[in-house]
Order: sequence, then structure tokens, then C-alpha cells
Amino acid sequence: MQQVEIGAAERQRVTARLADVLPVGALLTEPRALKPYESDGLTAIREVPWLVALPESESQVRAVLAICREHGVPVVPRGAGTGLSGGARPRADGVLLGLARMNRILEIDLDNCVARVEPGVRNLAISQAAGEHGLYYAPDPSSQIACSIGGNVAENAGGVHCLKYGLTVHNVVGLRVLTIEGETLELGGKGLDAPGYDLLALMTGSEGMLGVVTEVTVRLLPVPPEKRVVLAAFGEVAAAAAAVGAIIAEGLIPAGLEMMDRLAIQAAEAFVQAGYPRGAAAILLCELDGVGAEVDAALAQVRRILIGQGAFSIRVAVDAAEQAKLWLGRKAAFPAVGRLAPDYYCMDGTIPRARLAEVLAHITALEAEFGLAVANVFHAGDGNLHPLILYDANRPGELERAEAMGARILAQCVAVGGTVTGEHGVGLEKLDSMCGQFSPAELDQMHRVKHAFDPAGLLNPGKAVPTLVRCAELGGMHVHGGVLPFANLPRF
Amino acid sequence: MPPDADIADYLQDAVAGAAARGGALCISGSGSKAFLAAGHATGPQAAGGQLLSTTEHTGIIDYRPEELVLTARAGTSLAHIEATLGAAGQRLPFEPPRFRGGGTLGGAVACGLSGPGRPWFGALRDAVLGVELINGLGERLRFGGQVMKNVAGYDLARLQAGAFGTLGLLLSVSLKVLPRPQSERTLVFELDPATAVARCRAWARQPYPLTGACHADGVLRVRLAGAPAAVDEAAAALGGDGAAAPGYWDALRDHALDWFRSGGCLWRLSVPPAADPAGMDCLINWAGAERWWSAPSGDDATARMLTRVAQAGGHARRFDATYGIQQPTGPAATYVRRLKAAFDPARVLNPHLSPADAY
Ligand SMILES: Cc1cc2nc3c(=O)[nH]c(=O)nc-3n(C[C@H](O)[C@H](O)[C@H](O)COP(=O)(O)OP(=O)(O)OC[C@H]3O[C@@H](n4cnc5c(N)ncnc54)[C@H](O)[C@@H]3O)c2cc1C
Repeated sequence: MQQVEIGAAERQRVTARLADVLPVGALLTEPRALKPYESDGLTAIREVPWLVALPESESQVRAVLAICREHGVPVVPRGAGTGLSGGARPRADGVLLGLARMNRILEIDLDNCVARVEPGVRNLAISQAAGEHGLYYAPDPSSQIACSIGGNVAENAGGVHCLKYGLTVHNVVGLRVLTIEGETLELGGKGLDAPGYDLLALMTGSEGMLGVVTEVTVRLLPVPPEKRVVLAAFGEVAAAAAAVGAIIAEGLIPAGLEMMDRLAIQAAEAFVQAGYPRGAAAILLCELDGVGAEVDAALAQVRRILIGQGAFSIRVAVDAAEQAKLWLGRKAAFPAVGRLAPDYYCMDGTIPRARLAEVLAHITALEAEFGLAVANVFHAGDGNLHPLILYDANRPGELERAEAMGARILAQCVAVGGTVTGEHGVGLEKLDSMCGQFSPAELDQMHRVKHAFDPAGLLNPGKAVPTLVRCAELGGMHVHGGVLPFANLPRF
Repeated sequence: MPPDADIADYLQDAVAGAAARGGALCISGSGSKAFLAAGHATGPQAAGGQLLSTTEHTGIIDYRPEELVLTARAGTSLAHIEATLGAAGQRLPFEPPRFRGGGTLGGAVACGLSGPGRPWFGALRDAVLGVELINGLGERLRFGGQVMKNVAGYDLARLQAGAFGTLGLLLSVSLKVLPRPQSERTLVFELDPATAVARCRAWARQPYPLTGACHADGVLRVRLAGAPAAVDEAAAALGGDGAAAPGYWDALRDHALDWFRSGGCLWRLSVPPAADPAGMDCLINWAGAERWWSAPSGDDATARMLTRVAQAGGHARRFDATYGIQQPTGPAATYVRRLKAAFDPARVLNPHLSPADAY
């Protein structure tokens, strides 16, 4: 969407009207106050917003949307700003609608095993509140201490335990959503379904483009009584990848099944000393949960598979402290890798598990081609890769090289039957890659869905689904194997 | 089982042709759920709609057990799919009903019904990873894919589940499948409805390997499944008054229990699972969340039940020819109508089940 020119008088009017409907201190207008909101977790893409509105209630959100609609001002919703695809990147001509102050847990309903919360509640806060009742909210993105449940819904966030317990879409039973036209949609509830089109599923993962989530009802599960954590080290990446397939093929669904490669292991060891074998080409972290007898049987089975697949070292954590230590290396992997280079670029493709070894080998070849190192830490059980491309933004051309390499990795994910984003969303970042995954007719269908909810195109415009014009201009990219034809043109 | 056949081109021509003529199509699978999809009394045939069957678009396109994913053409029978999965020790997690033994994959997804394990294994829509469909413009489109995690673009694949073919003619569907549990056991408890619901809700807060809980006619049946050790442990903890006849859960799934033969008008109620069942006189499935009610004749009883369900925060639908009609109410209606128009502006696909025109 083109930037909208707003005259000074109109600016004043809108600002005054917004200030009227918001509490004192909930409308930011000063450059210094606006600056922290210029990007989400993808800091390479920035734009300082015109205004930041921080409503504390649904009725305030409704009022802000009404004013923006009347004046034709674009609105960008934001939760905690931990998104990694630029989905919450603001616009200089728009209002950034921050929902972080709507952070009350409204209800923990033990009879129905659900929690009803405002969108700004942090993911982990739900499990903490439910914990005293022996319950928890299963999806656990690595960012869970910070990210908001509203942002999780908008991105359909995943986490380490999604292999067994599902993604956000599988664990949300109800939403309240405000459309930009001012309607309040109550989707689902405390039951398990509702008649008619599944708007709850459609809203989940829609990146804040179809409506603003103002309330979320999530399913709570009993905390598993026992868990076991196994660490297995391999001399070859391919062997670790084969072990992942073998575990699933035997009918086991571990609670988590994560993989890290040599560079990621070294980074994690240097950072938190989790005790990973430094000589390994790859490690697998496998968590099994359930009742005691069940996890022990599964553990014996996993151990046998790991040995059969050539693991040279297998360590089972003896107690909760050691389990936490083994996980620490994985959970701290991103910041650990962040110490290896001034910058890193986190990718998020998903592939069929059977293609893991092949795609990792392809990434190794790309490292040589682009002259950039990659650390791999990822959700192996789901086939969800997170290659971290190391670069230095201060060196001319390196950011562009990292982006071009990232696009090549994503194109390879699509080529083997996968997708350009498993959990981080398209945002602004992967618009070009979407052109390779979807046909013009498919993208057009998505645009018509957007139009159905937001005919004026005011809610988070320009994100998630590329325009056909953009894809047409980019046509050469895929034919020529990913070398950006017009690298000097503005890309966003 | 008919041989594999790809008639996507034929189906696409049929939709494009109907769109060009301003015609309407009534999409069908094996007809096992036609009793839910006859639609308005005027009906598609009455409105000049043509029947278009997908039953000859058959075959499993891709199935690799270690990926836990199966992709099949829409006309493939559920029986064939479940037999293929069974041979590899796997199953459809959502246990789709097979009314009168029939059913195709496309029909199951279009109707969106899930079986007794839904609270624990997820709904049909939860297992949908991707679809290929023909929209009302006659375009062949793919959404989602064959991988477990995929957030590229809007989730237009899951949206097809339960849309009764009003947004697209399904050509093929990719589903997440699961290993079959190593062991299974059913416990029986003689309890009144209120106690049964209370027990189910208490158990839901405990890590028992429950995969079914259904109360009818004074008996609560509970299915346990998983590793043998876990099932044994839970069975010992839960106790019970006996064991159930084999085949109970399939009969429940397919509405083949005697309970469903009472003859009244059948209603499906979807409610918060803890909703008070006293005086409701329902079959209580899904540990409380899904209830079936056979309405006595007379409007009063129905009106009272609808009020109760609404007060409990649930929904009620008659499980008859009107079930498939997409009849939105409230503020969502606008968006539902526009969504229909976004996929099928000329109202070619199942107009007799579609929401009214937008704008
Ligand atoms: C270190 C790190 C680790 C991470 N690990 C994971 C991981 O394991 N799994 C994973 O899935 N993600 C992960 N992420 C990405 C990110 O945390 C998730 O995408 C998260 O869901 C974003 O939540 P947020 O509240 O920060 O949303 P934001 O970044 O503020 O916004 C994200 C998107 O949601 C929209 N949005 C936010 N709130 C609303 C609302 N109330 N209504 C409508 N739209 C809204 C925004 O417009 C934007 O498009 C990680 C990020 C970091 C920085």
C-alpha cells in the first residue's frame, strides 16, 4: 500500500480524537517515545510510527479503530514485538496499536479446563497462573517469557512441545475479535466447536490483517507427571536426521525432539556450558513425558533407536536439574549464536522430515557459495528448520547477501515440498518467498479473503500476502536461482 | 475399491462450465452424509443445480508413515484410507463417522465431523494440513501443504473443514495421522448424568490417558489408550463397574447405537463441557462437550432446550437436512457472506447450503 499523505490539520484532528478516547499516557506522539516501537524482533526492517496507541480495554480498542477507519489511517497491531518477520513493523503514516497493556487474566475455569485472557497476557504467564492447579498452556515458543498470547494467535506460534501438543491453532478454543469496520466477532467459546465456517482457524495465523484479537480462550492441559530428557550425539548430521525419522516411524511421539548442529553446539557450550559433547556434528534432544511406566518404556525404545542410528554418546538426565541444564543449551541457542557474529538472520522453513539431511547438506553448500556461516538449531520432530545466518551489517553488502542466501534456503524448502515459514509468519520479510510458494490465483484468493474482512485495506496493510505486481517484477528471481535481479530497488 | 483415477480436469471443466453458464452444482461424495446436506426445501435440483460427484476422483497420492502424513484424492473412501493406515499401524486421529459404513475423504472434510476422541486427539480440522480445491471461478488452488507447521498465508485449508463444499470443491487433502495406540481398554461406570459430567471434568485435570468418555442411559463409558503400562495404571486408579462390549466406540461414532434409534428429531449440542446436564436427557459425549438430544414432539421442549444451551454458552443444530446450511447469525454473518463471495462470487458451489448473498 502506498504511503498516505496526511495534512497537518488532519493530523491534529486525529491525534486529538485519539487522545480523547485513551487514558492519559496511552497515546505516544513524541519521537523519543515512538522510537522503541520502530520494529519488532526483526530489527533490520524499521519505520518509526506516526502515533502509538496503548489501549487498556476492548472499548478503547474499538474507539481507536473507529477513528482510524473514519480518517482512513492505517493501523498496525502489536503484541510484545517479539515477532521475527516484521509483521508488527509500523508505518510512518499509521497508528501502531499496542495491546500489551491489556494484560489481565480474566478467568481460570477449572471445570472447563480453559483460561480466558486479554491479548497482551504473556504466554508464560498463563501457565504460571494455571500451574497451582496442576494445569498449563501447552504451546511454548522460545520467546514465551515475553511474547503475548494475541501475537501467538496472530502468528499461530509453535514451540518445542508442539510435536505432541499442537500449535496455537490446536489449543485456542475461543476468540473475541474486532474488525476494522467496528464489528465484534465472538468466535468459538468454552466448547470445542461452533457451527458455520471455521473463522477461529482462519483468524489464527492471519498476522493481524483480518481483525484485532481482544480476548483469547485457551485450553489448559494437566501437567505431565513425569518426563525424561535424553541427549544423543552424532558424528554425522545425516545420522541424526535419520534417527529423527526412525523415532517417529516406531510410533513414538516425543514431547519434544530438537536438533542442533556443530556451530550451534559450540556456541551454546561457550555461552551456558550445558555439557554438550563438543566433538559432535549434531545432537538430538529428546523429551518424553507421561506417567512413569510409560516414559520408561519409551525411553528404552528411544535409546535403542539412537544406538542403532549410530549415536556415539547418549546421556539421560538423572534429575530435574540436569534436564533443565540440557534444555538450557537449546533455549539459549539464539543468544549464544548471537555472540558469534555481530548479527544473525533467523530463517524458519519447514520441510518433510525425510528431506532433513538433504536440505542441511544444501545449506552447507550455500555457506560456501555466499561466504557466510550458518548455525542450525531447530524443531527436528516437526521438520521446522531455523538456520541462523551469521553476518555483519556494518560490512557493506553483507545484509543483502544474508537475505539472498535466506531466500535461497526458503526456495529449497518449497522445492522439497515444504513451506517458507513454519511459525514466524510472512510479515514483510518473506513476501518475496511467498511468490515462489503460491500461484497468482492462490495469492489473489488470499487478497479476496483480506478484502472480505477489511475492504478499505487499513488493517496491517501490505503484510503476509505479496501483491501480484510484486511477484511479477520478481519473476526472474526463481528462474535465475535466487540471485536478486534488482537488488538495488527498495524491497519493502 | 475402484482403481486410482485422477479426474481433476473433468471436475475443473464442470465448475468452470457451470460458472460460465451461470449454473449451479451440487457436489456429492458417496452420499453417506447426504441426509445432512439436502439443504433448503427448494433444494439444488429444484433450483436447476446439477449433481457433480467426486467419487471417481480416487487414490492415495502420497503416504509415508514416518512422516505421519497422508494425501489422498477427495473421492477416496474412508474405509480404504483407514485400512491403508491400519496396515502401517496408524490411524486418522479424528475418527470420522462412517454413516451406513460409507464416506469419502472429501465428504468427511466438507462435513467436518469428528468422532469420540476429539477432546484428546483434536478435531478433523486440526488434522488438515493442506488441500487442493477448485473455487467457484473454476481455478485450481492449493493451500497449506504436507508439513506439520506452515503459516505461509491465511489458513484457507482448515477453513474448508465443515464448510460443506460451499467455498470450494475439494480435490485432495493432506492429513496428519497418528500411530495407533498400543493398547486400549474401556471402563464402565453406572452413574447419573450430573455425577458423570463431574467425574469427567475432574479427570480432565489429571494426566490420565483418556481417549473417550460418553454417558448414556445411566452408564458412563471411558476409553483409555496408550502404552500398556499407562493404561493399566489408569484403569487401576479409576476403578469402574465392568468392561464394555467391543465395538462400542465405533457404534457411537457411526450413530449405530440403539440410543440413536429413538425416532425423535436429533439435535447436536456443542457446549462448555461442564455445562449442567440435569434434566437435559442427552447422550453426553466428549467428556461433556458434545451432547446429542432426541427432541420430543412439541415446540415447547425445543424452545426450552435452545434457551438452556444458549445460556450455557453453547450452540445447538438440528442433525438433519438443514445441518449443512451455513446460516450465520450475529455480526459474523456479514463476513461469512463475504467469504462465500470471495471464493465463489457466482454461487456455483452448493448454493443450497451457502450463506445468503453478500453486500
Ligand atoms: C528469541 C526469540 C525466540 C522465538 N521463538 C519462537 C518459537 O519458538 N516459536 C514461534 O512460533 N515463534 C518464536 N518467536 C517469534 C515470536 O515470539 C512469535 O511470533 C510471537 O507469537 C509473537 O508475539 P508478540 O506478542 O511478540 O507479537 P508481535 O511481534 O507484537 O506481533 C506479531 C504479529 O501479530 C500481530 N498481532 C499482535 N497482537 C495482535 C492482536 N492482539 N490482534 C491481532 N494481531 C496481533 C502483529 O500485527 C504482527 O503481525 C521467537 C522470537 C524471538 C525473539
